[in-house]
Amino acid sequence: MLDTMFFYMFALLAVAGAILTITMRSAVHCAISLIASLAGVAGLYLLQKAEFLFAVQLVLYIGGIMVLFLFVIMLVNLDSAAKERQFHRRWAGGAVAAVLAGASALWLLSKGAPSFGSPVAQAAPSPDGNVEQLADLLFRQYLVPFELASLLLLVAIVGSVLMAKKRTS
Amino acid sequence: MPTSFIPTAADLLRLSPDIVLTAGGALMMVIEPLTGAARKARMAAIAVLLIAAAMALSVMAYSDPGTSFSGMLVVDGFSTFFRILVYGCGLLTVLMSVDYFKRERGSESGEYYALIVFSLVGQSLMASANELVLLFIGLEISSIAGYIMAGYLRDDKRNNESALKYFLLGSFATAFMLYGVAWIYGLTGSTNLDTVRRAILGGAMEQSGQMLMIATALMFVGFAFKISAAPFHVWAPDVYQGAPAPVAAFLSAGAKAAAFAMLVRVAASAFFPLSAKWEMLLWATALATMIVGNFAALRQSNIKRMLAYSSVAHAGYILVAVTAHSEVGIAAVMFYLASYVLMTIGVFAVVTLVASKGERFVEIDDFSGLVQRQPMLAIALTIFLFSLIGIPLTGGFFAKFYVFKAALDSNLTWLTILGLLNSAAAAFYYLRVLVVMYMKPAAEGAGPVDPAGIGIKAAIVASAVGTLYLGVYPSAVLDFAGKAAQLVK
Repeated sequence: MLDTMFFYMFALLAVAGAILTITMRSAVHCAISLIASLAGVAGLYLLQKAEFLFAVQLVLYIGGIMVLFLFVIMLVNLDSAAKERQFHRRWAGGAVAAVLAGASALWLLSKGAPSFGSPVAQAAPSPDGNVEQLADLLFRQYLVPFELASLLLLVAIVGSVLMAKKRTS
Repeated sequence: MPTSFIPTAADLLRLSPDIVLTAGGALMMVIEPLTGAARKARMAAIAVLLIAAAMALSVMAYSDPGTSFSGMLVVDGFSTFFRILVYGCGLLTVLMSVDYFKRERGSESGEYYALIVFSLVGQSLMASANELVLLFIGLEISSIAGYIMAGYLRDDKRNNESALKYFLLGSFATAFMLYGVAWIYGLTGSTNLDTVRRAILGGAMEQSGQMLMIATALMFVGFAFKISAAPFHVWAPDVYQGAPAPVAAFLSAGAKAAAFAMLVRVAASAFFPLSAKWEMLLWATALATMIVGNFAALRQSNIKRMLAYSSVAHAGYILVAVTAHSEVGIAAVMFYLASYVLMTIGVFAVVTLVASKGERFVEIDDFSGLVQRQPMLAIALTIFLFSLIGIPLTGGFFAKFYVFKAALDSNLTWLTILGLLNSAAAAFYYLRVLVVMYMKPAAEGAGPVDPAGIGIKAAIVASAVGTLYLGVYPSAVLDFAGKAAQLVK
């Protein structure tokens, strides 16, 4: 009962934060809403007994990445950009698409409701701690994707340096 | 679950092409700043060597096929075929890019070649992954490298537009795919393609059929974007038109081949039990993609934009073979992509040359009188355009032939008829280029085409020879594709 209440609370926080992130005009407000959304997701991790993910979400995303975001936003002058006419505000089309997608998702979800709580979907509880299980998965079964994720980051870094470096000419 | 952290020799051999490319690409980034501005062409040579080594290693790995790293990766005929194909595409792109950046910017830079190498790692993973997580990482490596390459000339407005559009829409599509993967994990408890298939066969289908449909639909959105299938194709014309011509070639050939490899692998292994449910949707997508691509291409005056729509149309033909859901269909997809890659790279290489500095001459009328100005170039372009139309003695003919044969074998009569009508309509816009090239006198402003460098010459000759080879002796490639297709499951 308490779990359910907390779930809805965190879910509301996550969704409301996400909506505010894309609708607020000021970049600082967007970043703060994103922090709220990430905090909501962190709460959901905790409810799923994924304590390690919860801690990582708090320390890395909210603590590290988002603070960096805020710094960058404050250093870069975004006022002029905020005054520009925003051409993506097509409420009618967006509303129709959202209602259609939402309705079809709801219909399919209600049809598929029996599969919730099926035995395949639930992971077996393990005597090992959360961090140990994660380490086991990451460094044994998912070793290759884990290592290749660093290549993905390398490519992204190369790209951002290329785009941002000083013009020589 | 393996008991040891130390991978076995077989594991390493099966991953070795990717290991070599990753390490080599990182090394290129290290030596790039140490190379003098005049000697940057060496970076292209290093890239060529690396890609050749990766090709050799993937052939060696094929001598001992199987899965590696606890079922993450699978080396079989199918993945080896696509590995060689994307490496070949990368090799030709490197060759045609030599001198391009010197022409456009006055200086070459090594990062570009490193990005091609990294992108190839991603594409080779897309072809060989047996696990949705690895598939996603491979897709992202390839895509992010592609976004950067599309905007590589960052002082050029067209490049900026192309890169930004590609990045925003591409990320959006990837998010859909990732959401679908999350659903699949929730429903089947695994992301391994074999395990997912077994879970679907073992009851997940009856229990949560609708949920599986949402999950596969979400994933299909991501795939359809990457192969530029209608209605998720709108990015393709803008991106190919704005990107540097060699990059447009790379994106429309290699990235698309890898995306098809990924789609076919997932459809033929994990979601094979669902194929009957998906036939209608694939059918409609294939038809829509052919029609939209061909009829939009008819109205273009910019050749890069026309080729973009033509690549959408070709994705439609390939989807016809995917719809067939048979071994013959998979073999047809493989053969089609092999000939498609060659003719696309070839035609973009010719466009790169004719476009000249700043890509000024990219209208179809700029090709007027090309046969007098550059007869050899005109002949090469004729071969590629004949192949794109599907005229006999070129690879494009047998590619279309096998695709429609596979469709007929699977009783897709209407799709075959509509596809054939489409390819007849497509002949118009390719022939228009030929007419301009042979019949019209050279325009006043058209200067002489710059002398071609050795790299781009090699790329054009290799593509032309490959296109003709596939058109005259298709059996060697087709036999291999047929054998490889039986193993995909």
